[in-house]
This record gives sequence, C-alpha cells and structure tokens, in this order.
Amino acid sequence: MEDIKNTPSDREAILSAANAARWDLDMDFHDTVIETIYQEASQIARKTVKQKGDKAAYSYDLKIDKIVTSRWLGFPIMFLLLALVFWITVAGANYPSQALSFLLIDKLHPLLKSAMEFLHAPWWLTGVLIDGAYLSMAWVIAVMLPPMAIFFPLYTLLEDLGYLPRVAFNMDSLFRKVGAHGKQALTMSMGFGCNAAGVVAARVIDSPRERLIAIITNNFSLCNGRWPTQILIASIFIGGLVAAPFAGIVSAAAVVSVAVLGILFSLLVSWGLNKTVLRGEASSFSLELPPYRPPQVWQTLYTSLIDRTLIVLWRAVVFAIPAGIVIWLVANVKIGDLSIAEHFIQWSNPFAFIFGLNGVILLAYIIAIPANEIVIPTILMLTVLSSKLSGIGDGAGVMFELDSVADTANILHAGGWTLLTGVNLMLFSLLHNPCSTTIVTIYRETNSVKWTALATFLPIILGLIVCFFTTQIWYLLQ
Amino acid sequence: MSNTINNNCEGCPAYSKSNLVRLGVDMENVDYVIAMAGNPNTGKSTVFNNLTGLRQHTGNWPGKTVIRAEGGFIFNEKKYKIVDLPGTYSLLSTSTDEEVARNFILFGQPDVTVIVVDATRLERNLNLALQILELTNKAVLCLNMMDEASRNGVEVDVRALSKELGIPVIPAAARKRQGIQELLHTIEEVATGKYVCKPRKIKSNSPKLNHAIEKIAAMLNKEFPGLPHVNWVALRLLEGDNSIIEAIKSGDLGNINVQSPQIQV
Repeated sequence: MEDIKNTPSDREAILSAANAARWDLDMDFHDTVIETIYQEASQIARKTVKQKGDKAAYSYDLKIDKIVTSRWLGFPIMFLLLALVFWITVAGANYPSQALSFLLIDKLHPLLKSAMEFLHAPWWLTGVLIDGAYLSMAWVIAVMLPPMAIFFPLYTLLEDLGYLPRVAFNMDSLFRKVGAHGKQALTMSMGFGCNAAGVVAARVIDSPRERLIAIITNNFSLCNGRWPTQILIASIFIGGLVAAPFAGIVSAAAVVSVAVLGILFSLLVSWGLNKTVLRGEASSFSLELPPYRPPQVWQTLYTSLIDRTLIVLWRAVVFAIPAGIVIWLVANVKIGDLSIAEHFIQWSNPFAFIFGLNGVILLAYIIAIPANEIVIPTILMLTVLSSKLSGIGDGAGVMFELDSVADTANILHAGGWTLLTGVNLMLFSLLHNPCSTTIVTIYRETNSVKWTALATFLPIILGLIVCFFTTQIWYLLQ
Repeated sequence: MSNTINNNCEGCPAYSKSNLVRLGVDMENVDYVIAMAGNPNTGKSTVFNNLTGLRQHTGNWPGKTVIRAEGGFIFNEKKYKIVDLPGTYSLLSTSTDEEVARNFILFGQPDVTVIVVDATRLERNLNLALQILELTNKAVLCLNMMDEASRNGVEVDVRALSKELGIPVIPAAARKRQGIQELLHTIEEVATGKYVCKPRKIKSNSPKLNHAIEKIAAMLNKEFPGLPHVNWVALRLLEGDNSIIEAIKSGDLGNINVQSPQIQV
C-alpha cells in the first residue's frame, strides 16, 4: 500500500472544497449536528429506560445539595468540615507521632550512637551520620507520617463520597473573579495536606495558564508540616496573652486566621498573576455534581497511602538526609572561635531585626528547606547554640524538641524572642519559599525554571514585605 | 431480567476466573488494543482497575484520569493492552481531553472501544456513545452502575438498547466486580470478529449539510481509498478541525488504513 497516489495539490483541493462548502452552510450547522445527536440520544433513552414508581431519582442528593451548596450554609459547612478534618488529623496524629519519636529518637538514636562508639568511629562521623542524617530523617518520619496517613485518606474519603465537586462549585465564583479556575479550590484544599500533592493535583486543570496559577499559589495553603509550628508559636506567644482558660481557643483562632490569610493571599496572588504575567480569560468548565456514593473505604485507604502518603514521605526523607548533615556541619564546623551557624546568625541579625525576625529564624529556614517539619527543632538547637545556654538539648548540631510548651517558651524568651517575633514567625511560616520537595515537584510539573523560580521567590518576597510592615507598624504603636 | 446483572456465566462450566490474567503495566507484544472511553465519573477507572489489576486512583469527581493510563491483561491466551482515555462529555469541541480521546479512537485504531456509561444517566451518556460510534465500528457498551440504577428504580432494557445502538451492551457494577467476566467475553468476541457490530450512524436532518458531507466524503474516498469513517472526517473538515486538516495536508490520513486495514461494515 505504499503507492499513495494523491499529491499535495489534490489534498489542498479537498481542503478548499471543505472551506467553500462551509460558507454555503448555515452558521449554526455545528449546533444542528449536536441537536441531531441529542435528539437521537433522547429517542433511544425513551425507548429503553423506565423509571419505576413516581419517586424522582436522587431526591436525597438534591436535598443534600440544596443545603451544602446554598448561599448561606455552603461556606460555613465547608469550613466546618475542613476544620473537622484538621482536628481529627492533629488530634489523631499526636499519639502515633509521640510513639514514633519515642522509638526513633529516644530509643534508637542513643543506641545507634553507642554502636558507633563501639565501632570506634571518629566523633565527627558519628555527628554527621547519626546526629545529622539519621536524626533529621527520624524527625521527618515521626512528624510527617502520622498526619499525612490520616489527612490524605480523610480527604480521599470526602472525594469518594462526592463532596469535593460541591466545594469547587461553592468556590467557583470566587476563583473566577480573580481569573483563576474553579477547580483551584480543590488543589488548594489538597495543599492543606501537602503542597507537593497539591501541585500534582493541579493536573485536573486543563488550561495551562490556570494550571500555572494554581501551582504557583498552592504554597499559600498552610500545609501539614507548618501547622505544628503555628500551633506551638501561637500557644507560647498569643495564648500567653490571655487568661489560661481562654488560651486554647485564642491560639486556635490565631492559627485559623493565619490559614484564612493564606487563602486570601492565594486569591490575591492569583489575581495579580492574572493581571500581569499570566493574563487571560477564566475558562469555563462544566462540572457535573456526581451522585453521593458510599465511599469504598479499604480501596481508599490503600490508594491514598500508596499514591500520596508514601510517595510524598519518601521524597521528604530523601531531602531531609542531606539537610541533617548540613545542619550538623554548620553548627560544628568552626571558623575562629565560632561555628559557621553563629557567624551567620550574628551577621544576619541586624538585617533580620528590620523584619522583626532574627538570624536564627533566617538560618533555620535556609537549612531546613527540605521540610517545614524540622524548622522548630532546628530553631531550638540554633537558639541554644547562639545564646550559649547550657544544660539544654543534646549538643551542637543535634536537633531536639521539648516535651513541654513552657520549656520551649523559656528557651525562646532567653533567645530574645518577643510577641512580635512570634507573630512574625507565624507570618513568615505562611509566606516563605515552598519546601524543596514541593520545588522539585513544581519543576517536574511545569518543566520550566522560570515558573519554578517565581513560585519559589514570590512567597519569600511577600513574606519579607508583610513582616516588615507588621514590625514597623508595631514600633509606631509602641 | 433486564435490570439484573446476568450472573449465569458463573454457573456455567466454561466459566473460570483463571481465564483472566492481570498484567498490570506489562504490555509487550499485545494481540489486541482496547480503548476505554466514557463520560467523566462513570467508573471508567474502576473498570480499568478490575481488568488490569492496577490500582489507578479512582475518585468520585470528574476529571481524575488526566493523563492517558495504560495497562494489560491476558484473557483466553490472548494478550490485550487497554488504554483508559480521559472522560469527556463530547468529542466535538477543542479541549485537550476531547482531542486526546478523539485522536486515539480515530488514529490509534483500537481493536475494540469499550464505552463506559452510567446506567442512571443513560440519556446524557448516550450523546457521547453516539459520537464514538461515528469513529469506530467495533465497540462494546459497558452499562455501568447497574446497582445504583436499581436502587433508584431505573430500569434499562438491555436488549433493546443493544439493538438501537447496533453493538453489544453489557450491564455491570464495576465497584462490586459484577459483569466484568461478561464484558471480557464480549470484548473478545468483538476483537476476534465473532461478533460483528453494526453501529448506528447519525444522520442529520439538514439536507444541505448531508449534501456537503457527501460531497467532501466522495473526494476523501478518491484521495484516500479505504479510509474508515469518511463521513465523520468530512464533518470534522467542515467544522475546521485542525488535527484533521494537518493530517490531510501531510497525507498522514492515508496512513491510518495502511497500519490497520479495516473494512467498512
């Protein structure tokens, strides 16, 4: 069959005939074709489908939809459900997290250290491998695994049940107003679990422009790794402002405000991108609200554990190991009398104070880039190191966490922290670069250095600006 | 009878689960290629997972399958590759999803196209099914979610539907793994040519349009003899479909039948 005898000019003839014929046809012939198809479909359906009884199908679904997508109740129900998911995540993750950290950090870590001693390994090798690489990996697993193993299945259950399209339906008009896609509501909620997973979830958006907006703004969803930081700092600095019985509620309210601020930034930055580098029309999409279905619990657990939790955790571990080594090295390699970490902290302190932060925070965010989970342990270690506190922690370069909030508060106060530092740390924790796992994921999804760089640096710049103004206004009011 | 899922096969001696070997992503040297198409949220991914043993993430909201998913299985000693296409509502617009699905069915020339439809929303789903039948002559309709349909008092006359469409119709409830065996048997019958489909073709009631289609189709037939689905290609040309225009310009349209010659039924 290789003698294809037609020539380019013959083929052009077909195209021009088609062009000519198109002018002869009515403008709406496309609609005619679609109408014909619809007529035939409804004819066939009439002949073959019978509805038993008078009961309209899905009357329950309609009733539920009237409530969950209603103008007044839609949003409150959505926030309540999201809050419930978070509450289950935070409360439920507590015990397994403690168990894992007991096993990996309290038990296995000293054991590994004595094993190294037994092998007569030099102190620096033990430091780099056990205090650095192993410990940061153990932190990431202990802090990250339980909440992710709870959050993702819960999210997937809501998805399986059919609730998520209703969220998109509710949020659609908000996102359209800022020129983004309605489904960005879904990727945003996913980002509350993990930004890397949220970035991957943006694949559901067809239009490349809107998908980029969703990817770049995903970092404004406060992820699981940052909730513990928020909760701890809020309870120390904000909960401490009010009488004890109200401390819990006030600090919870502060954390939720930061999360809502994140949603506002997400919308604001989407709008800004839409007006500048990613200009265009919001594409319309038809979203069928599927019937509610009883979720397939076991399959959901399996796929969300394999697809989301383990893959994300694995990537985080891969990045946490070198970070642990770096953390140990900057705290132990000395130039002159001081370690690299202390040099950096002293050098950057004046700059950091302008933004109401300090050198410790800046350094912690730089070296803990692989995972937000290790920011607090790194901050504590660096604070002890730089303010020469003794008798706390396990030595230079060894990250630690304290059992009681009060002990942590004491260290931070000794390190010169004030309410302003706490507020700014909470803001900076919301508005800073994505973790390296997310950065790599953004690169894989966009295949572009330019957009990856924008997604990385835009939040830091915003964070510094917000902290700067917070600090300056604070001083004005003093 | 029409509303229940036919489980008679399971009582018959020829029935054996071992007929099906799930291969996951192993797709070397396949005998047949199966495409799976359907509206979003009709359980395509669930059917796909049932056949291949893969655990592609399924979810109760439209647009889960964004990239084309592929998997393999062996049934009665024949090796099949199955391609799960993104769910779409139609094949006539220019969105990426629809283009992927359309081009695969037209240019990929699958041996069988399985159209997965939601039995509870048959009318809306048939719009897509009818469009797919314009592109291929070898198709099976998988009438999924029969369990939900009976729960909601919806009854579907399977035999009448099969007669109307001119292709086999298999009732199923993929979430409960019901109807999968029958689907496999039917896929095999259509792939091997034991069952010859006579799919319903859409005929518009505008004489002007029909005339234009006939004219272009005749020209296409002359230039690309044996081209399958000329009427549909002609319609797409009239609508100015770029991928078809490109395929004509480059002459690639003629290669479709070179790769896999197909006789118009």
